[in-house]
Amino acid sequence: MAIELKMPALSPTMEEGTLAKWLVKEGDTVSAGDIMAEIETDKATMEFEAVDEGVLAKILVPEGTDEVAVGAVIALLAEEGEDADNVEAAPASEPAPAPAPAESAEPEADDAPPVKPEPAPRASDPDLPEGTAMVTLTLREALRDAMAEEMRDDDRVFVMGEEVAQYQGAYKVTQGLLDEFGDKRVIDTPITEYGFAGIGTGAAMGGLRPIVEFMTFNFAMQAIDHIINSAGKTNYMSGGQMRCPIVFRGPNGAASRVGAQHSQNYGPWYAAVPGLVVIAPYSAADAKGLLKSAIRTTDPVVFLENELLYGQSFEVPDTDDYVVPIGKARTVRSGNDVSIVTYSIGVGIALEAADKLAEEGIEADIVDLRTLRPLDKAAVLESLSRTNRMIVVEEGWPTCSISSEIVAICMEEGFDDLDAPVMRVTNEDVPMPYAANLEKLALVNVDKVVAAAKAVSYR
Amino acid sequence: MAKAPASPKRAPRKSPAKKSPAKPAARKSAAPAAPNRERPAEPDRYTASKEELLEYYRQMLLIRRFEEKAGQLYGLGLIGGFCHLYIGQEAVAVGLQSALDNDKDSVITGYRDHGHMLAYGLDPKVIMAELTGRAAGIAQGKGGSMHMFSVEKRFYGGHGIVGAQVPLGSGLAFAHKYRGDGGVCLAYFGDGAANQGQVYEAFNMAELWKLPIIFVIENNQYAMGTSVNRSSAEDQLYRRGESFRIPGLQINGMDVLEVRGAAEVALDWVRSGKGPILLELKTYRYRGHSMSDPAKYRSREEVQSVREKSDPIEAIKKELEAAGVSAEDMKATDKEIKAIVAEAADFAESSPEPHPDELYTDILVEQY
Repeated sequence: MAIELKMPALSPTMEEGTLAKWLVKEGDTVSAGDIMAEIETDKATMEFEAVDEGVLAKILVPEGTDEVAVGAVIALLAEEGEDADNVEAAPASEPAPAPAPAESAEPEADDAPPVKPEPAPRASDPDLPEGTAMVTLTLREALRDAMAEEMRDDDRVFVMGEEVAQYQGAYKVTQGLLDEFGDKRVIDTPITEYGFAGIGTGAAMGGLRPIVEFMTFNFAMQAIDHIINSAGKTNYMSGGQMRCPIVFRGPNGAASRVGAQHSQNYGPWYAAVPGLVVIAPYSAADAKGLLKSAIRTTDPVVFLENELLYGQSFEVPDTDDYVVPIGKARTVRSGNDVSIVTYSIGVGIALEAADKLAEEGIEADIVDLRTLRPLDKAAVLESLSRTNRMIVVEEGWPTCSISSEIVAICMEEGFDDLDAPVMRVTNEDVPMPYAANLEKLALVNVDKVVAAAKAVSYR
Repeated sequence: MAKAPASPKRAPRKSPAKKSPAKPAARKSAAPAAPNRERPAEPDRYTASKEELLEYYRQMLLIRRFEEKAGQLYGLGLIGGFCHLYIGQEAVAVGLQSALDNDKDSVITGYRDHGHMLAYGLDPKVIMAELTGRAAGIAQGKGGSMHMFSVEKRFYGGHGIVGAQVPLGSGLAFAHKYRGDGGVCLAYFGDGAANQGQVYEAFNMAELWKLPIIFVIENNQYAMGTSVNRSSAEDQLYRRGESFRIPGLQINGMDVLEVRGAAEVALDWVRSGKGPILLELKTYRYRGHSMSDPAKYRSREEVQSVREKSDPIEAIKKELEAAGVSAEDMKATDKEIKAIVAEAADFAESSPEPHPDELYTDILVEQY
């Protein structure tokens, strides 16, 4: 039986084309790779190569024919030992549509929408054993302790980055790690973010548990391709085969007087990406417990710290097994008049604002998101259901922000609980200026939070 | 320190009379720099047994027929998106990967990845089914032509971003060294990727940390439509590692035995702890960059001339003849390969698409 030559699709979008020219004629012998025809698409003229060998028995679509549909039979090829003058076409066949999708356990209608898995029940913060002492630690010490504890437990864990070893950390977060773990596991890199983020990601794919420190997340823009395209997507693209258990960590957000290129909050950028976990803690206890979870989890994590908080002291449980669950917000102050949803350095601003609001008889309920992806929607909506008013405080730009996301969640799922519009209290929508007075004007502050909380309370 | 004696690491010069050690060579000197550090030996063409020759023939033919079939299925609309074929470059993957220790070495490449997986002995059925986006595909239909993986076989993709696999491969090599498992990573990239900045960041760290990695530049002469000499200031790509002290070898990538010979030298170098090595394989792709490339940047005569003069499969047929393999035996192999590819295509066309619920699986591994 003759081989049918069909009008090929030559690009992802082609549906039909012009058979511009036949370069072979009936009776010609062709072998694989010979150019048989020229086909014009809307974009280009392409050559149509023979895939099989044989004798061109019949041309069914003459040259110059427009609008030949992809898949239409354009010629017949007689195979070896077949009489080219007397070929017989195979019964006309269109490319078969794909068979029905793989069977699921429960039968369902063909056009049923995919079932979106329910979020897991919310885990809660661990109960501390009775009598656990609290110890005062700075945020940087808590982060260091988290890394050191996990490195003691699991020799696959290592830390790499600029100045993390001999210099003891550009912001001293890795202080002492080189002495304890040696240069095999605490590795100074050259100033090549793209390269070492890629090497870390590859090492995670190869079975290790890297912690990649960026001196600041501003420099991670050089490496964002590996964070998103390599680390974030590979598990999905590989059908769940290829894991990437890596932590990208470092300071994020505005520091002080360092200008536009060094003052930016990347929380919304990374939180937009399915496949990443994004954590942005405020307190030292949360930072420690969440960094330990981040190192232990099998998923790639972006862990956003804040330089201005590194030196602040907090109470931290005095145990080497304090692990805070990823994906769960924390109520840091309870109140029933207005909800303030925030994260990272915004929590400190919200706490100060809450004290001022309390003086005026407004009790704020402060929700620290802690994890930006997956976001604890339930905690946001629960707070809203009690207060019916909400503002979102974010040290970052307003447009396409975490604040915008919270507003959308309240519109879609908390509409009936709203007694006022949800308001965003963020930095100004400008690159960060250097001048002290302008910088101050650009940043979110306590007064702006108080004003917004009063506005949604109609006071 | 201009008059300091030569570094003790410096190997003795072959012709010490040429220059006085006290006087640094003038910049104008056109004499090639004497190597001041150890270099790998020039590789010999590999002497293959008859069985090995037959196996290379089989693998190269499988890649060629598989890719031709993939092109056909693309034409029929059964394969979508981008589809980059390996036709013409078969000797590279087969020659290199035949030298690996599959129990410990790893491989990573870019998006022109079908050939590397076939050379690894992965089942053509699940590769073709991935191309058609079916549940039985090697990545359950969620990766497609450019994103395929087999962690079980230590094949780490299949990466769609030009050059990304070079630092990622260095990371795999880092893991080999960290664990001390004796493995080597083979990281392929093209002449186009050879101009990406991240490649040189990876070179620097790979040599600095003496990572066990073979960087393989598959120079098929065209980065999509731009020829090497239109895009590369140093178009002798094997020299691209020199400023990082990574030695480079330029190899005829159209001869599977020369490729295999180079693999032996490279593996010896890396396994003995000397750090990375760079191989430039001069090769050629017969088809367009991807299926939708009309390839107007080169003449039909150029392509035809390579096919006629340097086709890797025709070359190995001559070797087989010389080794006493009959035309009938080769035909029998051809027939067997045709059947395997036809079976893969049937499987890829007839197996079901992924279940809709798969949309939401494998985004994250754990539940939060």
